[in-house]
Amino acid sequence: MSWYQPSEIGFAVRCKLADIGRGARLFVKLLTLMGASFKRFGLVRDQIHFLGNYSLAIITVSGLFVGFVLGLQGYYTLQRYGSSEALGLLVALSLVRELGPVITALLFAGRAGTSLTAEIGLMRAGEQLSAMEMMAVDPVQRILAPRFWAGVITMPLLAAVFSAVGIIGGWAVGVWMIGIDAGAFWSQMQGGVDVWNDVGNGVIKSVVFGFTVTFIALQQGFEAQPTPDGVARATTRTVVVSSLSVLGLDFILTAMMFTI
Amino acid sequence: MQRSKNDVWVGLFVVIGALAMVFLALQSANLLSLSFQSTYRVTAKFDNVGGLKPKSAVRSGGVVVGRVEGITFDDKTFQARVALALENRYAFPKDSSLKILTSGLLGEQYIGMEAGADAANLVAGDTISATQSAVVLENLISQFLYSKAADGPAPDKDKK
Repeated sequence: MSWYQPSEIGFAVRCKLADIGRGARLFVKLLTLMGASFKRFGLVRDQIHFLGNYSLAIITVSGLFVGFVLGLQGYYTLQRYGSSEALGLLVALSLVRELGPVITALLFAGRAGTSLTAEIGLMRAGEQLSAMEMMAVDPVQRILAPRFWAGVITMPLLAAVFSAVGIIGGWAVGVWMIGIDAGAFWSQMQGGVDVWNDVGNGVIKSVVFGFTVTFIALQQGFEAQPTPDGVARATTRTVVVSSLSVLGLDFILTAMMFTI
Repeated sequence: MQRSKNDVWVGLFVVIGALAMVFLALQSANLLSLSFQSTYRVTAKFDNVGGLKPKSAVRSGGVVVGRVEGITFDDKTFQARVALALENRYAFPKDSSLKILTSGLLGEQYIGMEAGADAANLVAGDTISATQSAVVLENLISQFLYSKAADGPAPDKDKK
C-alpha cells in the first residue's frame, strides 16, 4: 500500500543497486579466477562432462529437427520465387547466425542452468557453502568458478554441434525428401556463408551466451534463499532471466555485428 | 593431474564440438576456397555498378580469376571506380573489357571479363575503361516504352 512513499522507493532502489553490485563483484571474481580454475582442470573437466556430454543428446536431437523444419518451411517460401536451390544458404545462414546460438542457449539454460542453480542452492540451504568457508576454502573458487568456466567452454561447442547437425537435417530434407540438387544446395551455401562474418560472429554470440547463462544460473543459486521454496524460486528465475537476457542480448549483438 | 574415467567422454565431447566447428567452416562457409593467391590490383570505371559489392567475383570464361576489392565514386568523371584484385597466375591483355553480369535471374552480380587482343598484359595499377554497366531494369523498361511510343500509334488491328 505504501509503495509510493519516498522511503519505500529509496529502499527498493538501494536493494536493487546492492544486488547489481554483488552480481558485478561475483562476475569479476569469477573472471579473475580463470587461472585458478584452469590450474585444477580436473574440476572443470568434471563440470564439462556434466554440462556438455549430458546436454549433447538434447542439442543434437533439437538441432536435427530444427534443420528438418527449416528445410521444409524454407522450401515452401523459396519455391514460390523459383529459387529453391537457395535452400542450403537459407538453412545455413539462419542456423549459423541466429538459431544455433540462441536455441542452444535456451536449451542450455533449461537443461544445465537449472541443475547448476538447484545444486548450488541446495548447497547453500544445506550450509555446505558456509562449512567450506569455515574450513577457509573459498566456495566461489572451489564450487562456482569451475562450473562457470566449464559452461563458457561448453556453450560454443554445443552451438556448433547444433548448427552442424541442423545443416545436415536441412540437407536431408532438401536433398532426400524434396529432391533439390545436392551440388546446388552446397554451392549456394558456400557462396553465401562467410567464415568470419557469419560463422565467426555466431561463435562470438554463443560465447557471450555461455557467459550469460552460466553466470545467471550460478548467481541465482548462490543468492537463493536457503529454503526449499527459495531454491525452487531461484531455479525458476534462472530459466526466466537467462532466456530473456539471451533474447535481448541476441538483438543487441545482431544489431552490432550485422548492421555496421 | 589425476586421471579419471570422465577424461574419455570429455575428450570425445570436445572433439565432437571441434569437428562441428570445422564442418561449419569448411563445408558451409568453404574456407578452403578462399584463395590465398597473391593478386595484382587494377581499377575499372563503370557508369553504373548496379548491385555489385566488394568481394563479388571477377570471372573470365566462368572461372573466378579475382575479386572486387572496393567500390568508390569518382566525382571528377561521375563514374564508379571499382578496384579489382586479379590473381597473379592469370594475365590478361591490356584491352580486356569488363561487363557486369548477373548469375541466374535473381542471383548476385559479378564482373565478366573478356580478354582483348593487345600484346601487352595488364599490370598492377592499370585502368580498364572498356566497360559495360549493369543492366538497370527501369532503364530497360523505359527504353522499351519510348521505342514503342516512337513507333507511332499502334496499328489498330484489334479494333472492332
